[in-house]
Amino acid sequence: MPDSPSVAALLSPITSVRPKPVDEAGLAERLRLTLVAAGLALLGVPALVLAVLTLVCVPLGAAGVGFGLAHLVVPLDERLTRLHRAVSGRLLGEDVPAAYAPTGGAGFLARPLRWLRDPARWRDVAFLACSGTGGWVMAGLPPLLLVTPVVHWTGLLLDGGWVWGLLAVLSLPCPLVWWVVTPPLLRARAITERSILGRSRVEELEERVTRVAESRAETLDTSAAEIRRIERDLHDGAQARIAAVGMTVGLAEKLLASDPVAAAELLREARETTTSALEDLRSVVRGIHPPVLSDRGLAGAIEALTLPLPLPVTLALDVPGALPPPVESAAYFAVAECLANTVKHAGAGRAWVAVEHDGRVLRMRVGDDGRGGASPDGSGLAGVARRLAAFDGTMSVTSPAGGPTTVTMELPCALSSPRTSPSSGSA
Amino acid sequence: MRLVVAEDLALLRVGLIRILEAGGFEVAAAVDNGPALTRALAGPGVDAAVVDVRLPPSFSNEGLLAAIAARRARPGFPVLVLSQYVEPLYARELLSSGEGAVGYLLKDRVADVDGFVDSLRQVATGSTVLDPEVVAALVSGAGRGPLDRLTPREQEVLTLMAEGRSNAAIAARLVVTEKAVGKHTNNIFAKLNLPPAADDNRRVLAVLAWLQGR
Repeated sequence: MPDSPSVAALLSPITSVRPKPVDEAGLAERLRLTLVAAGLALLGVPALVLAVLTLVCVPLGAAGVGFGLAHLVVPLDERLTRLHRAVSGRLLGEDVPAAYAPTGGAGFLARPLRWLRDPARWRDVAFLACSGTGGWVMAGLPPLLLVTPVVHWTGLLLDGGWVWGLLAVLSLPCPLVWWVVTPPLLRARAITERSILGRSRVEELEERVTRVAESRAETLDTSAAEIRRIERDLHDGAQARIAAVGMTVGLAEKLLASDPVAAAELLREARETTTSALEDLRSVVRGIHPPVLSDRGLAGAIEALTLPLPLPVTLALDVPGALPPPVESAAYFAVAECLANTVKHAGAGRAWVAVEHDGRVLRMRVGDDGRGGASPDGSGLAGVARRLAAFDGTMSVTSPAGGPTTVTMELPCALSSPRTSPSSGSA
Repeated sequence: MRLVVAEDLALLRVGLIRILEAGGFEVAAAVDNGPALTRALAGPGVDAAVVDVRLPPSFSNEGLLAAIAARRARPGFPVLVLSQYVEPLYARELLSSGEGAVGYLLKDRVADVDGFVDSLRQVATGSTVLDPEVVAALVSGAGRGPLDRLTPREQEVLTLMAEGRSNAAIAARLVVTEKAVGKHTNNIFAKLNLPPAADDNRRVLAVLAWLQGR
C-alpha cells in the first residue's frame, strides 16, 4: 500500500484505549480513527459481496462455472484482505503476515482446487464475511456516533418540530460515547482481524518444529564432524607426542648410569617434544573455544581476532554484558569465518565489524570493500548459517559483483551482567 | 632480587619457584589467586613479578589485569607474564605504557630453564621480551606490502628484534657478526620508514608499533 507520510500518520498504532480527559491530541487521535473506521465500513460492502461470491464458487464448481468464478474472486479476496492486513497491522503496530499455500505451477483447474484445501484462503473468506457483518458494525459505529448529533441538530434548526427536538436531545450523549468507545472499538476490530487472518498458533508451531528439526539435524551433523576432527587432531598430535616423551624418558632412565651424555641428549629431546605437544594442544583448544573468548567476551575476542589480520579492520563493538556462552561461541566463530572469507577471497583494502545488542537480538555485521560476489551458499558462509540456525539465528549476504560485501547476522539472546574488562587505557 | 610468583597450579608453582631460586632469584611471595596477587604486588620490597595470565577466582585474565594495574601504580615495575597461549592483543596492552620491563612468554618456554631465567633477568633490567609466537602472528599478519621489500635475512632479523633481542644476541643466533646485524637493522628501519632507535627497548616498541599499526 502507498506509504506517504499522511498515510503513515493516519495509520499509526493505537497507543491507548482508556478514556481520558478531552484534549487536542485525544481529539485528533479519535478523528483519525473515525476516518479509518469510515473507510473500513465502506470496505465492508465489497467484503460481504466477495465472501458470498467465494462461497458460491464451491457448489458452482461442480457445474464447472465455479472454477472460472474462483479465478475472478479469489485474487480479489486476497487483495482486499491484504489491504485489511496492512491497516490492522499498522493499528496494532505489528505484522499480520499472510501464509497462503503456494500455487506456483498449478494449472487453471488445479489452482482452485489448491485454494479449496488452503486454510489461509478459508480464513480470508471468514474474515470478509466478518468484515461485512459484525466488523462492519464495529467500524460503522464511530462515524455514526459522530454524525448523528450533527444531523439531528441540523434537522431541528432547519425543520423544527418536536420529533427533531426529541432526537436532538437523545443524541446529546453521542459525542461522549464516541469519545470513549472509538479507540477500543478500532483496536478490538484490529485484534479480531489479526486473529482471523494471522497464522494460527498451530501453524506457527508446526512451522517452528520443522525448522527446529532441520537445524537440530544439521547441528548434530556439524558437532559429530567436529568431535571426529578433534579426536583425530589429538590422536595424531599431542597424544602421539606424549607417548614419545614417555618412551624417550624411559630410555634416558636406562642409560643414566651407563651413558649420562646420551641420557642428557634424550632428555633434551623429550623436552622439545613436550613443547610440540603443547603447540598441538593449543591449536586444538583454539578450534574448540578460543581462550581469549573466556577471558574477554565477544568484543575482546573479536578485537584480538582482527589484530593479526593483514588489513585494517574498523570495529564498532557494543555488547554491554555477557552473552550465554554457547551463543557467544557461535557468534565468535561466525565473525571469524566471515573475516577469514574477506582475507581469502575479497581482495579488500579494508574491512569493518559492527556488533550490537538491542536487548533482544545480537546483531553482527561484517563488511569489506572488496570485489563482492560472495555467495551465501559457499561452504564457509553456509556453515555460518548452520551454526547460527541452531540458535534461531539468521544470516543474510549482500555482495554485488564489484562489492562491497556485507554479511548481516542476527542471534536472538539475552544479556547478563557486564563482564569485567581491562581498565588499562589500551587502544 | 625479590620476586612475586603467581601460578594457580601447585605443581607448576613449585617448579617455577625451584627454577627461579636455582637461577639466583629470591621468591618473596608465591600466590595462587588474583586478589592475593594484587595484595602481594602492593607489598614492600618486591622487585619484580612472574605472573600467570589465568588465575582464580574467575579463571579469565586476572593475572594480566593485576600486572597491568601494578605497572600503572609503579611505572616500569618489571613483570614477566606467562600463559598457556599467547594473544597479540595482550602483548599490546602490556606494552602500551611504553616503559619496557615487560615479558610475555608461553609457559612452554620455562622448560628451557636457562633461556627462561635469562629472559627474566632481561625484563628485570628494563628490556622487553616477547614470545616468538606473538611476533610470528604479527609478522605473518602483516601480509604483503613493505615486508615484501625485506630480504629473507632481514625478515629473520626483524622477527628477532621484535622478540626483544639485542644485536649481540641476534648475531649469536644467526651466526653472523654484530656488525652485519647492525647493517641489517639499519636497512630494515630505512625500508619500513622507522625512526632509528639506539636503545633495544625503544627498538622493540617501534617494530611492534609498525607491525600492529597497519
